[in-house]
Amino acid sequence: MDFDFFFNNLPQLTITGLAFGAIYALIALGYTMVYGVLQLINFAHSEVFMYGTFATLWTVWALTGSGGASGLQLVGILLLALVMSMLSSALIALVLERVAYRPLIKKNAPRLIALISAIGASFVLAELMGLRDRVTGWVGLDDDLDRYVGGARINASMSGIVNMPNVEIAGISIKSVDLLVIAAALAMMVVVDQFVRRSKLGRGIRATAQDQETAALMGVNPTRTIQMTFLIGGLMAGVAAFLYMLKIEVTKFDVGFLLGVKAFAAAVLGGIGNLRGALLGGLLLGVAENWGAALIGTEWRHVVAFVLLVVILLFRPTGLLGESLGKARA
Amino acid sequence: MIRSSKSWQAVAVASVAGLVLTACGTTDEGGSGSESSGGGGGAACDVKLAFFGPETGPAAGLGKPIIQGAQLALDEYNADAECAIEMINYDSQGSPDEAPALATEAAGDESLIGIVGPAFSGESAAAGPIFAEAGLPTISPSATNPALADNGWDTFHRVLGNDATQGPAAATYIADTLSSKATFVIDDASEYGAGLAEEVTNGLGDVVVDTDTIQAGDTDFSATAQKVSASKADTVFFGGYYAEATILVSQLKDAGFDGTFVAADGVKDPAFLDAGNDAEGSVLTCPCIPNTDPNVAEFAEAYEAEFGEPAGTYAAEAYDAANVFLDGIAEGIDNREEMLEFVNGYDEAGVTKQVAFDEKGEPSEVHVYSYKVEGGEIVPEGEIS
Repeated sequence: MDFDFFFNNLPQLTITGLAFGAIYALIALGYTMVYGVLQLINFAHSEVFMYGTFATLWTVWALTGSGGASGLQLVGILLLALVMSMLSSALIALVLERVAYRPLIKKNAPRLIALISAIGASFVLAELMGLRDRVTGWVGLDDDLDRYVGGARINASMSGIVNMPNVEIAGISIKSVDLLVIAAALAMMVVVDQFVRRSKLGRGIRATAQDQETAALMGVNPTRTIQMTFLIGGLMAGVAAFLYMLKIEVTKFDVGFLLGVKAFAAAVLGGIGNLRGALLGGLLLGVAENWGAALIGTEWRHVVAFVLLVVILLFRPTGLLGESLGKARA
Repeated sequence: MIRSSKSWQAVAVASVAGLVLTACGTTDEGGSGSESSGGGGGAACDVKLAFFGPETGPAAGLGKPIIQGAQLALDEYNADAECAIEMINYDSQGSPDEAPALATEAAGDESLIGIVGPAFSGESAAAGPIFAEAGLPTISPSATNPALADNGWDTFHRVLGNDATQGPAAATYIADTLSSKATFVIDDASEYGAGLAEEVTNGLGDVVVDTDTIQAGDTDFSATAQKVSASKADTVFFGGYYAEATILVSQLKDAGFDGTFVAADGVKDPAFLDAGNDAEGSVLTCPCIPNTDPNVAEFAEAYEAEFGEPAGTYAAEAYDAANVFLDGIAEGIDNREEMLEFVNGYDEAGVTKQVAFDEKGEPSEVHVYSYKVEGGEIVPEGEIS
């Protein structure tokens, strides 16, 4: 136990933990919303995130020439990358809903079947990205797209394109990208929270979550509502993917797996089905892991995260904010 | 199931019969065969070699030059041999989990009499007992964990120095060339990385200010980076592979570390250069010989002509390893037992060094070189002594 180091560097450890936690939270949103409406754990959501990271990477690659970009041009490229990331993730989420879930839900299949379908879809999507050189090879495009599809199973990196300076706050050096990630994630959470609370569509989502049949009788179109839920989850995963690429700069076809598991844990920690719970769970998990890594050793960070999850669930089986589970879902 | 196991038995019987027949054939010709060095009249036919290691998967970048180096040796042999020797790739993806099943498959193919590999230390540890039991000789061009040679597998050989020589060489470099006052040692908890980090830690003694262990596959190393910058280290040594090294070095530099990043052969891959400016100035140690060395110039030229890219890490070592087996085949050896004997007694000049093995399978001659990332390229510096 390295208490000296821990207490001397507590602010930095907390900020970097919050930054990663914010990314968990944004991904956790997708898990929690779909669960709220469908009581289904969408295990393919990690792949929705992964496609967003590649959309960001490819947009940045395509638009920055060999000389790189700077100033306003770079900001423009990044904004476009954010939009592309959100659109790609949303598209994947909608396709998932249409192909992997809707046919099952229509036939009233047990939830377990949908869960297996989700796991299957997750593998298909991940391997499709991991074998993208072969896929493009079939249509004879692999040479033209070599930069994008080559090295399909190793890391792809946009390192060195975005260089954000460190800032000094009260004598502590903090990475500005971490602050940006936290701020952006919080802003997105507020937007989604308000949207679900105040808009007509949001009311529909909440109504469907409480009782799908009654909601349908009141004129809420369940299919459309479920679609909206997937859409919002996908858009948020796209934001998470963009922020992840700003911070880590490197992605790979299987990057979604670990992050997906963590984000799912964050959703459960906060109380699955509860939007604010996802935020709280994500931030808490991120900070706890980072503190654990600093105190005990980095190899223990995943252990710390899941021990925390188990301990909290022992005392609060429905998660931190999970009291309302079954009542005001989503 | 029954059908397939029956046909499998038939294949096994046939191949054993074939072996017995060809073995009889070669004893007559043995005398004349040993003189011809190329694929002359005495060379064995119907035998195969294999590569064992990552052809795909996250570490495929390290596997490719090894496969191509061995392939070059084969192509040169086949060019003037009367019967071509084939090389099979057992694609382990570099994973110790995949290795045992693949090794069992390889051991079952009796016409397979030599393996170039396994490429990595973890998979070598997992597959080694199976090869030892099958009496199938292996020559690894790249597995460097010291403990591998201590298992008593008489089939195990490698053509490069282990981490017990690479680790101290890295420590010597950090202490003497970099004159480090404070070194932070990080490893990735792998067979290879942890072993190497331990050797470096032992070699440096008091200079090591702290150590940390990361998990392979992770992408966020904020806590580690914070530890490094808080420790005021002027040098970081990382025992692990390039996938994590690329991300780690970026995050270290972002967290304010401005010293030298030192890593070993597992990071010596063009993919490490993805880290761009953050990789600049990093030092990589490797028991692999630089292409600029006069001894390998001819090999490097032939390699580039064949594959259209410069010879990568361990290509020359793989070429040497394959040539040991091919020399044996040229002498008419067509079974594992004689091949093992041949490899154990081998002592010829290869492109990387005088290739000979001691009783544990370690090379009798060992060199470690240092490389530096300069101007977006990995440039050889020279031998560490």
